[in-house]
Amino acid sequence: MNERSVLWEETVEPGSAWSHVLKRGTTLRITDIEGGANVGAIFYNFDCPAERFNLPDTLKAQHIARLTKGCVLYSDMGRILCSITEDTVGWHDPLSGCSNAALVTAKYGQARYQELRNEFHKNARDSFLIELEKWGLGPRDLTANVNLFSRVTVKQNGAMTFCPRNSISRAHVELRAEMNVLLILNTCPHPLDPSPKYSPKPVRLSIRKSAPPASNDPCRLFRPENVRGFTLTERYFL
Amino acid sequence: MSETILVQSSLDPRDAISRYVIPAGEPWLREIRKGEYLRIVDLEGNQAVDTLFYNLRDYAERYSAQDTIREQNNVYLTTGTRLMSSAGNVLLTIVADTCGCHDTLGGACATESNMVRYAIEKRHMHACRQSFLKAVIEWDHGMDKRDITSNINFFMNVPVTPEGGLTFKDGVSAPGKYVELRAEMDVLVLISNCPQLNNPCNAYNPTPVEVLIWAGRDA
Repeated sequence: MNERSVLWEETVEPGSAWSHVLKRGTTLRITDIEGGANVGAIFYNFDCPAERFNLPDTLKAQHIARLTKGCVLYSDMGRILCSITEDTVGWHDPLSGCSNAALVTAKYGQARYQELRNEFHKNARDSFLIELEKWGLGPRDLTANVNLFSRVTVKQNGAMTFCPRNSISRAHVELRAEMNVLLILNTCPHPLDPSPKYSPKPVRLSIRKSAPPASNDPCRLFRPENVRGFTLTERYFL
Repeated sequence: MSETILVQSSLDPRDAISRYVIPAGEPWLREIRKGEYLRIVDLEGNQAVDTLFYNLRDYAERYSAQDTIREQNNVYLTTGTRLMSSAGNVLLTIVADTCGCHDTLGGACATESNMVRYAIEKRHMHACRQSFLKAVIEWDHGMDKRDITSNINFFMNVPVTPEGGLTFKDGVSAPGKYVELRAEMDVLVLISNCPQLNNPCNAYNPTPVEVLIWAGRDA
């Protein structure tokens, strides 16, 4: 990463939310500071939020049930919101969705602001909904999310297994914006994390300017489908 | 799935309160009351039935694929699966299934996703999301594209591999196989009988399906 191109850096504290319009031509690096982080993420075309991340289109276009370097995140319009241009983790979970208030209370007990101040327990669903409201969006706009830094494998019989310690300290993943992407994140624990203790982890964000994807860009060439996905995305800006 | 268990229903089609045949390529939308039973029959085999459910009192609460698979810790749907809403409530339960495995990761086909998956020149071809949109426009209850979320593909076989791959296998369904659901709240059901002509999973031959509804047993 060219240090001079970094626009800014900031930390997302454990269990908190963050949102930003990641501009086309910029790349976000997310770094797991301590190891064991989980970052729930949802994605919208900021210029027309009816166009948003489509999980099935993302999975079936690339024949994947995990996310890593080379994969892209498709919108429902056949276009690419973000590309995963770098990844030292190797597996990010697109299947398991987000925690909600009932799940967090059942798992960790009640933990209110009144007693715990800003250590109170937040859940991913409410965090997404609050952040969506700030951009004029609501519950009908809450789509499938991905869980960066987490790994859930699927056995032949369909059973899902959360794999602890998937991400180590300083592991990072990069998302290159292929359009102006409203990106909403939170660092709430993964909904299948078996830890009995509510222990969200912080991540570091670093945003920098980045070059447009070249004709031999690894994400573009990851699948023949992605060549067409990039073509459709580039036509959108003509 | 390696542990497929097939469960027959005891309901008699002669007792159904209504029956509909949905031709391939057409949407179908109806209100189902709590306690009623909904059966979908794959009349000719390996037909994808793309299906969405909503809380009838609040369409913002709708079927959630991610919540459904996480709550049962399994990515495939079959007898016993509770279809979870986005608010964590049970919309319907699958109470019988003679196919044994249904997909909820592959989503619905769209003109745009067909352009990505097959060829940009495929834009003109009919697709499930065209049918879904047509249905909610005609329903005229304030629904729009934001309500067309990740659906169930009844009778489709889309295995996930342990390595994190997603594959499209030949169907495991056959003529006459069915899946039956009991509504656990008042719901709106929205079906697109899939018109996909680019995928070998239906032998490139979309076919009609039948829907039957029974009154609740306490009714």
